[in-house]
Amino acid sequence: MSKPKARISFTVDGKKCSAAPGQTILQAAKDNGIYIPALCRWEGFKPAGACRVCTVRVGGRYMAACTQPVTDGMAVENDVPDLQDMRKALIEMLFVEGNHMCPTCEKSGNCELQALAYRFLMLVPRFPFQFPARRVEPAGKKILLEHNRCIKCLRCVRGVRTRDNKAVFGTLRRSRDKKISVDQVLASALTDKQARQAMDRCPVGSILKKEVGFAVPIGRRKYDKEPIGSDVEKARG
Amino acid sequence: MARKIVIEPVTRVEGHGKVTIRLDDRNNVASSRLHIVEFRGFERFVQGRPYWEAPVLVQRLCGICPVSHHLAAAKAMDQVIGVEADGLSPTAEKMRRLMHYGQMFQSHALHFFHLAAPDLLFGADADPAVRNVIGIALTNKELATRAVLLRKFGQEVILATAGKKIHGTGAVPGGINKNLSIEERDALLQGAGAPAIETMIDWAEEAVEFLKDYHAKNRALMDGFAAFPSNHLGLVGRDGALDFYHGAMRAVDAGGKRILDDVDYRDYLKYIAEEVRTWSYMKFPYLKSLGKAEGWYRVGPLARLNVCDFIPTPRAQKQFEAFRAYTGGKPNNMSLHMHWARLIELLHSGEVIRELLLDPDLQKTELVRKGRKRGEGVGLVEAPRGTLFHHYRVDENDQISMANLIVSTTNNNEPMNRAVHWGAMNVLSGKRDITEGMLNRVEIAIRAYDPCLSCATHALGRMPLAVELYDTGGNLIDRKAR
Repeated sequence: MSKPKARISFTVDGKKCSAAPGQTILQAAKDNGIYIPALCRWEGFKPAGACRVCTVRVGGRYMAACTQPVTDGMAVENDVPDLQDMRKALIEMLFVEGNHMCPTCEKSGNCELQALAYRFLMLVPRFPFQFPARRVEPAGKKILLEHNRCIKCLRCVRGVRTRDNKAVFGTLRRSRDKKISVDQVLASALTDKQARQAMDRCPVGSILKKEVGFAVPIGRRKYDKEPIGSDVEKARG
Repeated sequence: MARKIVIEPVTRVEGHGKVTIRLDDRNNVASSRLHIVEFRGFERFVQGRPYWEAPVLVQRLCGICPVSHHLAAAKAMDQVIGVEADGLSPTAEKMRRLMHYGQMFQSHALHFFHLAAPDLLFGADADPAVRNVIGIALTNKELATRAVLLRKFGQEVILATAGKKIHGTGAVPGGINKNLSIEERDALLQGAGAPAIETMIDWAEEAVEFLKDYHAKNRALMDGFAAFPSNHLGLVGRDGALDFYHGAMRAVDAGGKRILDDVDYRDYLKYIAEEVRTWSYMKFPYLKSLGKAEGWYRVGPLARLNVCDFIPTPRAQKQFEAFRAYTGGKPNNMSLHMHWARLIELLHSGEVIRELLLDPDLQKTELVRKGRKRGEGVGLVEAPRGTLFHHYRVDENDQISMANLIVSTTNNNEPMNRAVHWGAMNVLSGKRDITEGMLNRVEIAIRAYDPCLSCATHALGRMPLAVELYDTGGNLIDRKAR
């Protein structure tokens, strides 16, 4: 059996890149200074392939860059018009499936969905708004769960855990009826720091740490100065 | 033949409204009404929202004075988290004041120069194609430039305090989310996006002088047009000073007798009630002690100068003394003097902004305080158009369970209807031919109150004015549009 190569070579839109074996396309692209948008991915969490915004094309087949390992000689299509339009459509679908009122949302300026909409120059969604009837649900003493804004990325399900590693969030039902559920007892046991982390890990304004909204002034929020993905692209130089 | 005259929409006001005037067979006015035709519903859909979202959510009621709603809600939410109005850190309180006086400055400049001045400069009968802010720009470039820059200055103050010129996020329950940097302060003091503060104060004072000069030349119009006695309500500081941000409620009658004095606004429900009438989405507030028929009152610049004892800045105080002297120290009940009062407030706002900009507290870093949470809060500020009440209840999950908003224009509902009626009786009644200029005079009466109809019904946009004539059977017999 031959020894695995220390580095493998692949291309993204024709640009030569290298990766460590086992890296996903998304991770490897990032290490090479190429931004592939994603909403459900969080460094350190098991990839879920839930949002599909990171979809790339390899050999004519579409795949989620956050779950697909890169292979030697792989030619990845990323920044091409039809793929970008498809990603934009996915972002638009996320907007119309929920009730996203950016002007009054405290996550505005720090919201990854909003930031992607800006990056993709989304003006008006091409799909009709669904206006689902959803509610705000208290989740323990420190968090409110704003179901109107949830995009079911499952970051909270994968990554919000108590000190003894119990999952605080889960899912109910399937497909378009899928809903995030919360264990009220475990949620009440979260520390302030854990509740803050839970809010930060939510890409939208669905998990709200109580009593702290709008603390960061406009102009100093995460995406006020530069579009999402700029950090990755800057690293490329 | 009896006729019904409809003015829809009323122009050069914020929002949509219409006026109907019914004339009998002899062309005498049988009835007149100002209808507010918008429906908004903020009080309902704020229910269930987290309490800290309210200041940012409810400011969307309006694009002209969102800061008033933002601050009234923030003041209510201060109480919800257990912080009294005088319990804020000095930096938070002064930043909020700066934001509020900046807004007062821009809104008053907007109303006088953009909305009201065309009537004064060109006359009520001038061609509507000229009788507007573009007409001013074409005939008096200097004045139009000042109009734009005065408003711009106020907006720059809001930008520096709230993060955006319209619909920012500065005030949070218990305080503010930023202080004022030295760079932001110097830009306003020395002029960057707009001229320096000193220039703004000078221009505001010149605007007061302009109005006084106009008054001297048009005394009959200014003193007589839509003048009628009324009660007046407003906020005054603890020392009786004019104060737009915080104080106690005071009301006086048409002769100056105090009806309310030193009333804690958190008890407003003890003193004020609202009547619903079937033909308008806008309620009719009144002072409970005087009842529905006699308890209606005016709010806004005229009422504020009628209820306060003095203005705590020197140049505005000097103008206030002349204003007060004109009515022998008694309340001023002349609707068109609202413009005079408004410009004195513009000057005062400029002076307060300068004072605040020179205050080193604005660069300090204690921004937010907390207290013991409770379930209810009432916030009151003097918005550009008058007294603004926000009242909320919050449940144990931090979600809003009740909201009651009484906005400035709602407070002025009955006075505006009286002003319309005055216009109908004195301009239209008994006349066979109704001209556009006559209808504009009815609008001038409404416009003096600077009504914000969008706020009052808790839509933006403009439609051309249409006048429709109906016969007694309700059939349309003539229609003119402009």
